[in-house]
Amino acid sequence: MNTAMHSTRQLLQRRLIIRCTLLGAILFIAFCLAMMLGDYPVAPADLLASLLSPLTGQRNPGIDFIVLNVRLPRAILAILSGAAFALSGAIFQALLRNPLASPDIIGISQGASAAAVFCIIILNWSGLLLGFGALGGGLATALAIYLLAWRDGVSPYRIVLIGIAVAAILSAVISYLFTRARISEVQQALGWLVGSLNAASYSQLWPLAAALCLLVPMGIFLARPLKALELGDDMARALGTRVELAHLGLIVVAVALSAFATAAAGPVAFVAFMSAPITKRIMGTGRHHFGAVMLVGAALMTAADLLAQHALPEMQLPVGVVTGLLGAIFLLWLLVTASRTGRI
Amino acid sequence: MRPGSFRLAGLFLLIGVLAAIAALSLTVGSRPVPFATVWAALTGADSGSTDAMIIWTLRLPRTLIGLTVGAALGLSGALLQGATRNPLADPSILGIHAGASVSIVTGITLFGITSAGVYIWLALAGAGLAMLLVYAIASIGREGPTPIKLALAGAAITAALMSVVSAVLLTSPVTLDQLRFWQVGSLAGRDLAVLTALAPFFALGTILALGLGRVLDGLSMGDDVARGLGQHTGRGRAMAALAAVLLAGAATAAAGPIAFVGLTVPHIARAITGPSYRWILPYSMLLAPMLLLGSDIVGRIVAPPGEVQVGIVTAVIGAPFFIALIRRRKLAEL
Repeated sequence: MNTAMHSTRQLLQRRLIIRCTLLGAILFIAFCLAMMLGDYPVAPADLLASLLSPLTGQRNPGIDFIVLNVRLPRAILAILSGAAFALSGAIFQALLRNPLASPDIIGISQGASAAAVFCIIILNWSGLLLGFGALGGGLATALAIYLLAWRDGVSPYRIVLIGIAVAAILSAVISYLFTRARISEVQQALGWLVGSLNAASYSQLWPLAAALCLLVPMGIFLARPLKALELGDDMARALGTRVELAHLGLIVVAVALSAFATAAAGPVAFVAFMSAPITKRIMGTGRHHFGAVMLVGAALMTAADLLAQHALPEMQLPVGVVTGLLGAIFLLWLLVTASRTGRI
Repeated sequence: MRPGSFRLAGLFLLIGVLAAIAALSLTVGSRPVPFATVWAALTGADSGSTDAMIIWTLRLPRTLIGLTVGAALGLSGALLQGATRNPLADPSILGIHAGASVSIVTGITLFGITSAGVYIWLALAGAGLAMLLVYAIASIGREGPTPIKLALAGAAITAALMSVVSAVLLTSPVTLDQLRFWQVGSLAGRDLAVLTALAPFFALGTILALGLGRVLDGLSMGDDVARGLGQHTGRGRAMAALAAVLLAGAATAAAGPIAFVGLTVPHIARAITGPSYRWILPYSMLLAPMLLLGSDIVGRIVAPPGEVQVGIVTAVIGAPFFIALIRRRKLAEL
C-alpha cells in the first residue's frame, strides 16, 4: 500500500520533470531561432562564437553587433516579460477563483496604459522614463481598485466589477487624449499600447530583471497558503491562514510583476490570460506550478515575437497583434475541445 | 400599495425625469436657447431665426438620437446579461463593437470611404456578421450555445478582430485619424436621416426585447429549471441575442461604440427593481437614455469652447456612480 503510493508519486514526479524539460527545450529552440533568423541570418557556429566573445575575446564586430546589441536584448526581454505576465496572470486567476481574470480585464493594464499615453502625448516622455511612468500608473490603479473594493475585506466579485469600472474611466481618458493630440503622437502611443519588442535595449531589461529576482521568490513563498485560499475564504480562515495578509501580499506581487512587464514591453494582450490554463493542460494537474507557468509564458512570448517578425515578408508586426490572434485561437480551441467532452 | 404599484409609479417618475432631461438637452449648448424660444421653434411660431435653425438642425436630432441610442443600449445590455447569465455581459461581449470597428477600418483603408453616412451601414453589417460568427461558434457541440460558451466565443472573436484593427491602424495613419474620432462615441453632427434610416432596427429590437421579460426570468433560473417550466431555452436565448444585436448594432452605427452604458445600467435597474426582467427591461430602457443624454449635456458645457464626446463623459460620470453602488449594496449575483 505504502510502496504503491510512493511509486505513484514517483511516477507523477517523473512525468512532471519530463514535461518541464520539454517546455524548456521548446523555449530554447524558439530562443535560438530568434537569435539566428532575420535580415542578416547568423549561422549556429557564428552565434555561439559571438555569444561567447566577451569571454574568449575573439570578436567579429559585424556579427557581434547584431547578436549582442540587437537580437539578444530583444530575446531576453521576450523571455522575462513573458514569464512575468504569465506568473501575474496565474496568481490573479488562482486568487480571484475566476479563469477569466487577468490584469488586462481588471483594470491594471489600463492604468499603466493611461499613464503611458499621458506621458507620451502630454509630457513627450520616451524610453526608460516612459516605462517608469507606466509602472507608477499601474501600481496606483491597483491600489485604488483594492481600496475601493475594501469593505470588511475584499470579495473577488467586487474587485472584478470595480476593476471594470476603473478600466472604463481610464479607457475614456485614453480615447480623450487620442482625440486631442497630433496624429504622429497618437501613432506613437498606439504603437506602445499594442505592445512591441521592436525597440528592446539593455536599459529596459535591468528594472524588469531586478523585479523578477525579488518578486518570484516572494510569490513562491506567499503562494504556499494559496491551496487553502482556493477552497474559499471561510475555509481558509478556518484552516488558520491569515487570509487578508496572504491576499494582499500576493496581489502586490502579481500587480508589480504585471506593471514591470508592461513598463518594459507594453500591455501585450493575452499572455497573462493564456499561460496558466495552457500549463494546466500540459501538466495535467490542478496544482500551481509557478516554474512551468513562467516557462510557458516565456516560450509563448518568444514564439509570438518570432512570428511577428517573420510571418509577413515585407513588414514587422508588433508582438501584441500576434498574441491577440494566438489568444483567439486558444480560446476557440478551448471551446471546441471542451464542448466535445461536454465539460465547460 | 403592492410592490408592483411602486415599480409602476417609479416607471412614470422616470419618464417625467427623462422628459425634463430631453427638454434641457434642447436648450443647453455653446449657444444657450431659452425654453420659450425652443417652444416657439418647435410649434412653428418661429421659423426664420438662427435659434429655430439650431433647434431643428442640431439640437432636436441630437436629442432624439440620444434618447433612441440610450434606450437601445440599456435594453441590449439587460438582454445580454439575462441571456448569458453573466453580470459582465454587454454589447461588446458578442463582438458587436469589434465587428463594427473592423468593418469601418476596412471601408476606410481599402475603399477610401470617409463619409459618416456610409459608416452607419458598415458598422451595422460588421456588428451583425461578428455576432452571427460568435453565435455559430458557441453553438458547436451537443448542448448548443451555453452562457459560458457565448462569453468565450465573444472574447475570442473580439481578440482576433481587434488584433486586425491594431495591425491596420499601425500601418495606416489616415485610417487611425478617422477612427480615433469615431471610436469615442458621439451624438454630435448626425442628422435626422440617420435616425429614420435605422428606425426599423430600433423598433423591431425594442418590440422583441420588451416581450422577452418572462423568457429571461425563466433563463435566469438556469436552463434545467427553465426547460422544466416548458420553455425552449435555445429559442429564447436566440431571440434575446437577435434583439440585442438589432439594438446594439443600430446604436453603434448611429453613435459609435459606447461601452459603459449597456454594462452598468442593468445593474442599476436591478438594484431598484429586484431580479425580475419584466421590470429590469423597461427600467433599463429609461435609465440608460437618462445617463447618455445627461452625460451629453455635461459634455457640451464642461470644456468651452469645445465639447467632450458623450462616450467619454458617460464613463467618467457613470463609473464613480457604479462604484458607489457596488460598495453600498450587496449585489445580487446572477
